[in-house]
Amino acid sequence: MGWIFFAAAAWALGWLLNVWLARQPVTWWSSLAAPVIFGVTLLAVWEGMVRGFEINQVLLPAPTAIAARIGTSADLLWADFAQTVLKGALSGYVIGCGAAFVIAVAVDRFPFLQRGLLPVGNFVAALPVIGMAPILVMWFGFDWQSKAAVVVVMVFFPMLVNTVQGLQAADAMQKDLMRTYAAGYWRTLLKLRLPSAMPFIFNGLKIGTTLALIGAIVAEFFGSPIVGMGFRISTSVGQLTLDLVWAEIFVAALAGSAFYGLMALAEQRVTFWHPSQRN
Amino acid sequence: MRRSVVPVLTVVGFLLVFWYAAAVWLNAPWAYNKAQRAGETLSFSQVVADTWSQKKPKLPAPHQVVKEVWETTAQKAVTSKRSLIYHSGVTLSATLLGFVLGTGLGILLAVGIVYNRTMDMSVMPWVIASQTIPILAIAPMIIVVLNAVGISGLLPKAMISMYLSFFPVVVGMVKGLRSPEAMQLDQMRTWHASKGQTFWKLRLPSSMPYLFTSLKIAMAASLVGAIVGELPTGAVAGLGARLLAGSYYGQTVQIWSALVMAAVLAACLVGIIGVLQRVMLRRMGMG
Repeated sequence: MGWIFFAAAAWALGWLLNVWLARQPVTWWSSLAAPVIFGVTLLAVWEGMVRGFEINQVLLPAPTAIAARIGTSADLLWADFAQTVLKGALSGYVIGCGAAFVIAVAVDRFPFLQRGLLPVGNFVAALPVIGMAPILVMWFGFDWQSKAAVVVVMVFFPMLVNTVQGLQAADAMQKDLMRTYAAGYWRTLLKLRLPSAMPFIFNGLKIGTTLALIGAIVAEFFGSPIVGMGFRISTSVGQLTLDLVWAEIFVAALAGSAFYGLMALAEQRVTFWHPSQRN
Repeated sequence: MRRSVVPVLTVVGFLLVFWYAAAVWLNAPWAYNKAQRAGETLSFSQVVADTWSQKKPKLPAPHQVVKEVWETTAQKAVTSKRSLIYHSGVTLSATLLGFVLGTGLGILLAVGIVYNRTMDMSVMPWVIASQTIPILAIAPMIIVVLNAVGISGLLPKAMISMYLSFFPVVVGMVKGLRSPEAMQLDQMRTWHASKGQTFWKLRLPSSMPYLFTSLKIAMAASLVGAIVGELPTGAVAGLGARLLAGSYYGQTVQIWSALVMAAVLAACLVGIIGVLQRVMLRRMGMG
């Protein structure tokens, strides 16, 4: 009973605190504190519920149990992280986004190809591309190369579509201005069209971050060496060691948020001139 | 629209040619291997013919996939376990349930975020953060845990679809519900409209274009969720199960035909929403 009361009290306290925060004038720390308080409240409620209702630890481990697990198997988690994120997801992300960027710039010179590629690319971007995973695992073997290949296929089309659209973003007036400066194709591309495409390109890059992680992890369900986050998740579920699964999820969430945050930060630096980045 | 038919067909044609060429390139080693063991030498045309008609090719040629899809849809009874229509139906029901749940949750959250400052400040960042978690990775656990509590079948898969589809709806609806300009909101105030009236007569209608755009993304995401949700259940039924079974037994043609079905399903579902969008927005005088 005590723990249930704890959960209810934590919820009420967290909510009241946030209501109070919302009434204050907005500063940078209050806009940061509100979501943090909400997150901590959720964790406290989770802990209280699990203990209060005596939910089986096998089904839903308490946050403290997960934290303890992260502490004891840090080495294992790091090995999985290196295999899946550093080797699989990152290399695939770089290859996929790089290839899409180069092809988009090349296609941009031919309006005919562009008109054909945009609808097809949009269509493929909406398909369940993740289904390609078993095929790519068959082609490239069980190790990280096949995971990278899945990631390449997943990030390629969103990136391509966004870059092609971005390259069309510069308006006629600006292009005319470049012409009056007697700027050639390359100069116009570098000084005008690529910079004005940047908001779109970063949109593609940001979508790609989550897709890359998902692709690398799900691809491991179809076969992997005995290391990797997807492998660990699927085997631990089989052994019902769910605290390890949650630990992997925590690492994945951390990696995903950091990856996304990094891209968002880079976007802020590069596209500081865009209306959405100005306050 | 009509302007882009020829370019699109060109690109699709190019992709098909590329596919056939890749099939020759990837399947040729096996063809040569077979011929060597039989003590024959192959001419180029024989190799090409062989690579396009192998039983378990590395990459099946398009016509093999089309044939397999035709055989497993039109020529099998719908109730048969080998019918792709049956498996698509299983996946479709989970997709739709998850989509409806996700859309409902997304709209509710969006209304809360727009009308409640506390929610806007504390919940909105978590909605965004929730999508940086590769939810598909947790799919196996969600399904096992819900199974242990006695919930099985459609609902666990639908939960994964829901998680994937609520996000675009929240983001789109928050944007949409905030899209009326200050002038329009002032107008409502001069008419002494209540909060409810402002919502039903101004905010909700003006959010519709945003909603439909989000729904298309949500539908595609929901399908992906349902397919991945079928993987850990041990290949019982559904398109995801077909993918897994195919990858266990090296049945590449089966994998590709399941993929084609998934693509067709995605195209149909998104297409239906597109049609609804056009009809609805035209009726509201926005098309």
